[in-house]
Amino acid sequence: MRVAVIIFPGSNCDRDMMVAIEQITGRRPALVWHKQDSFEAVDLAIVPGGFSFGDYLRCGALAARAPAMEAVQDHAARGGAVLGVCNGFQILLEAGMLPGVLVRNRDLRFVCRETCLQVEHDSSSVFTSHLPEGAKLHIPVAHNEGNYFAEAETLAELEANGQVALRYTEGGQQGPANPNGAVNDIAGIVSANGRVMGMMPHPERAMGAGHHSADGRLFLSAALEALVA
Amino acid sequence: MNGKGEMQFEDAARMGLSEDEWALIQKRLGRRPNLCELGIFSAMWSEHCSYKSSKRWLKTLPVSADHVIQGPGENAGVIDIGDGQAAVFKIESHNHPSFIEPYQGAATGVGGILRDVFTMGARPVALLNALRFGAADHAKTRHLVSGVVAGIGGYGNCIGIPTVGGEVNFDASYNGNILVNAMAVGLAASDRIFYSAATGPGNPVIYVGAKTGRDGIHGATMASAEFSDETESKRPTVQVGDPFTGKLLMEACLELMAAGAVLAIQDMGAAGLTSSSVEMASKGGLGMEMDLDLVPVREENMSAYEIMLSESQERMLMVIDPEQAQTARQIFEKWDLDFMPIGKVTDSGRLVLLKDGQTACDIPLAPLVEDAPEYDRPVEPVAPRPVQAAEELIRPGPAGEILLEMLASPDLCSRRWIWEQYDSHVMADTIAGSGGDAALVRVHRTDKALAITTDCTPRFVEADPVTGGMQAVAEAWRNITATGATPLAVTNNLNFGNPEKPEIMAQLAGSVQGMGAACEAFGTPVVSGNVSLYNETDGKAIRPAPVIGMVGLIEDWQKAVGIAANEPGQTLVLLGAGPDKTDGWLSCSTYARLIAKDEAGAPPPVDLAAEKAVGDFLRGQIRAGQIAAAHDISDGGLLVAAAEMVMAGTAGLAIQADNGEIDHGWAFGEDQARYLVLTGQPDQLLAAAEAAGVKASRIGQSISEQALKLSGENPISMTELRGKHETVLPEIMTG
Repeated sequence: MRVAVIIFPGSNCDRDMMVAIEQITGRRPALVWHKQDSFEAVDLAIVPGGFSFGDYLRCGALAARAPAMEAVQDHAARGGAVLGVCNGFQILLEAGMLPGVLVRNRDLRFVCRETCLQVEHDSSSVFTSHLPEGAKLHIPVAHNEGNYFAEAETLAELEANGQVALRYTEGGQQGPANPNGAVNDIAGIVSANGRVMGMMPHPERAMGAGHHSADGRLFLSAALEALVA
Repeated sequence: MNGKGEMQFEDAARMGLSEDEWALIQKRLGRRPNLCELGIFSAMWSEHCSYKSSKRWLKTLPVSADHVIQGPGENAGVIDIGDGQAAVFKIESHNHPSFIEPYQGAATGVGGILRDVFTMGARPVALLNALRFGAADHAKTRHLVSGVVAGIGGYGNCIGIPTVGGEVNFDASYNGNILVNAMAVGLAASDRIFYSAATGPGNPVIYVGAKTGRDGIHGATMASAEFSDETESKRPTVQVGDPFTGKLLMEACLELMAAGAVLAIQDMGAAGLTSSSVEMASKGGLGMEMDLDLVPVREENMSAYEIMLSESQERMLMVIDPEQAQTARQIFEKWDLDFMPIGKVTDSGRLVLLKDGQTACDIPLAPLVEDAPEYDRPVEPVAPRPVQAAEELIRPGPAGEILLEMLASPDLCSRRWIWEQYDSHVMADTIAGSGGDAALVRVHRTDKALAITTDCTPRFVEADPVTGGMQAVAEAWRNITATGATPLAVTNNLNFGNPEKPEIMAQLAGSVQGMGAACEAFGTPVVSGNVSLYNETDGKAIRPAPVIGMVGLIEDWQKAVGIAANEPGQTLVLLGAGPDKTDGWLSCSTYARLIAKDEAGAPPPVDLAAEKAVGDFLRGQIRAGQIAAAHDISDGGLLVAAAEMVMAGTAGLAIQADNGEIDHGWAFGEDQARYLVLTGQPDQLLAAAEAAGVKASRIGQSISEQALKLSGENPISMTELRGKHETVLPEIMTG
C-alpha cells in the first residue's frame, strides 16, 4: 500500500495523517511538497487538513492551483484514489474534483467537537465499501467552513448516484448532530467513480490509544484495504 | 524637540518617562537623546520591558531545582522531563490590546506566546488561556468575549497548535479592563535549546519573517499606562496578527535550528526590534550595529524611530553561523519568507543604527538594561477581613436547588460555547482537553504526557493577597495532581492595577510572597512569567489576578484519570476531610458571592503541608491503579465538583448526608486541600489514607442512573444538571 500526503504552506494535519497511515500500514507515506508537479505512483493521495495558504481568498482556492494538485488530478484521471480531509475536502472542491461548495458554518463560528457519522451503505464510495452495514463512526470535526452546499440538481444527482458516503447522525454527542448546517447532513461525498472522496471529519484524530474513539482508524484501515482489493 | 533634533523632557514625559529617568538618560549619554534613542530608552525602561515595579518582589520567587534547565530571563522557561526531552513554556498577557480590539489583541497574544516558545527551539504542542471579562450582563462583555474567543481560535486553529484548556471569569471589576493571558507549551530536545545571547563579533544579524509596518508602535508603553475614555482612540497601536505567516515562520525557524545554523535568536515581541537587538547584544556582553535601510518594510518613509518601535508581528532576529548563511537563506526561500542580513554583532558594547547613511542612534547598551530603574514602591496592605460565619451566609433550602442555581451562573456555567471554537485535538496528541482538571497532552510518540493547567481566584487574592497567591498555586497543583501527574514548574502572569498606589503594590507583594511560599513547598519553581500592571480604568483597579500556569508530567498516560463518573458501583470518597458533614468554609466562597451576595469575608486558609500530604497520597493511589476518577474541589465546593463528575460521565452519583439534610457549609464550602475520588477498592483506599495520616471519608457511590441523588432530596437528572448549565453562556452570547 503506497500513500502520498500532499503538503501546502499552512497545512497542519499533515503530520497527524502521516502518523495515522504509518500506524496502519507500517510504512511512512511519501511527502509531496506543493511546488512538486509530479510524484511517484501511489495507491492513494491524501490532501490533509489545515489552513493552506492561510485560507486567504477562499478556503482551498490557492492550494487547488498549486503544481502538486495538477499531479493529484493526473493521478485521479488514471483512476487513482484521492482522499481530502477538512481543508483537503475544500481543496478538492476548489479543484473541481468533487461537486458543491463548503461555506461558513451555520453558527458562523469555528466548531471543534465529536460527531457521529452514518456510513451510507448503498454509496458508490470505494473508501467505505468494506465497512460493516449500518456502521456508525464517532469522528471529530474542527472547521470554520464545513457547511456543505450544492444546488438542488447537483444534490439530487449526488443522492441518486450514491455519492453521499457519510452523513452526520445522532450518536449521544452533545449539541446538534449536524455541527455545521450541511445540506442533507452531508459529512463526506465521493466522485462518480467512487475513488475521490472528500470529508470534513478528521479520521486521523480518532485512532484509539488516547483519542476519544478508534473509529477513524477503522475508517482508514477499511479504506486502505478496499483500495487495494 | 529643539532645532537640532534633540529631545526635551516634554517628549520623554509623553513616552511615559519620569523626570528622574530623563535626567539619568542624559547623564548616561552625556547629551540629549534624539527621537529614536529616546524611544528606545522609553521602551526598554517601560514597566512592560523592565519590570521596574515588580522586580524587587519577583526576585524573591524560587526559580531553581534540579529539573530546571532555564529559569526566568529568557523567552520562555525550560524544564527537564527525562529521556533527553524538555518542556518549554510561558504565559503572557495581552490585556490592553484585547480590550481595544478584541480579535486582533487576543490573536496576537497567542502568536506572541507561541514565538516565545519556538524561539527556544521547541515545537509548541499546547495553548491555554486565562480570560477575565466584565460582568456577564455588562454592555461590552458580549462583544469582548466573542472577539477574544474568535481571535484566540483564529490564531491557534490556523497555526495548528491545540488549545487544550484555560479558565474564564466574569466580574464587574473587569468591565473596563479585561484580562487575556495566553500560555504556550512546547517540546524540545534538552540539549538543543536556543538562547538569545549574541555571540561572535562580526557574525551576521539576520531579520526574518514578516515585513515591518507602522502597527503597534510603542505598544509596550501603552501596556504600561492606565486606561481612560480616550483609550479607544489608541486602536491604531494594536498589532495585526497573521497566523499563516506565523506558521511559516515557526516551520522555517525549527528547520533552521535543526540544520544547526542558529547561534542566537530572539523574537520581536513587545518593543519589536528594539528589545530584540538590545537583549541579544547585552546578554552576549557585546554590541550590535544595524542598517535600518535594510529592514524589510511594508510602508514608505518609515523613520528610524518607527522601525525600531514597531510591533509588527511574526518577525524574528537572529545571529547565524556565517558559514551556514546559504543553507539558512534557502530554508527561508522555501517558506517564502523575508531573510535579510541587516547588521552584525560588534564588541563595542553599543547599539549603533544607521538610517539614510547617517547614524540614527549610537548609545551604550549597559544603561538600557543595567540602569533600568527598579523601584521599591510603598506597600500598604489593607486590613485583614473578618471570617464570615456560615450562619451569616446560608440561605435555607434544599442543597440540590441551590446547586442548580449556582451551576446556571456565569461563574460556574459550562464554557463549552467557548472551547468548541478552539481546535483542541490538532497534532493528535491531546488525551484530555477542556472540561477536566488539567489538560493532558502526550509527548509525541512516547507514553509520557504533560499535564497543564492555569488557575487563579482573584476574589481570594483581593481579600487576602498572601493567601490568594498561595491558593492559586495550590489549586493548579491540585489540578495537575488529580490527573495522576507530578507537578513540575510554574509560569506566572501577574495582573494588577496601578503599582504607584500602595494598596495595589500590597496586592502584588503579598500574592508574590504567597505564591513563592507555595512554589517552595511543592518544589515547583517559577521558570518564566509576565507582569501586567496599570490594569485600571478611570482610576479603578481590576481584581488582582496573579495567574498560575503549571506543567506536570505523567510517565504513562494510560495511568492518568479524568473527572468523569463512568462506572456504577464505585465508592465516592472525600479525600482531605474527615467524616464530619456539618460545616465548611463559606466565607468569600462562590456560594457567598452567588447565593448570599456577600463576598466581603476572609477566604479559606491554605495549609501547604496538608495540601502536599493529601495530593501526594492521591497521586500515589492513582499511579497504583486504585482510583477510577478524581476531581479537585474548588469553586462552588463539593457538590459542584460532584455535579461536574456526573455531567462529564455516563454514570450518576448518590451522596449521603448524616441526618437527612445536606448542610450547605459542607456542600458548598471552599476548604482547600480536598478532592472527590471514585474507587472500586474503598477499604484499601481508606486504610492506606489512614496509614498515611490523610483524612478520608466515604460520602456516597456511583449509580447507573445518570443523575445526582442527594439524600433526603429529589434526584437531579442529567438533563436537569446540564440544562441551564449548558445554555446560560450561549444565551448570554446571543443576547
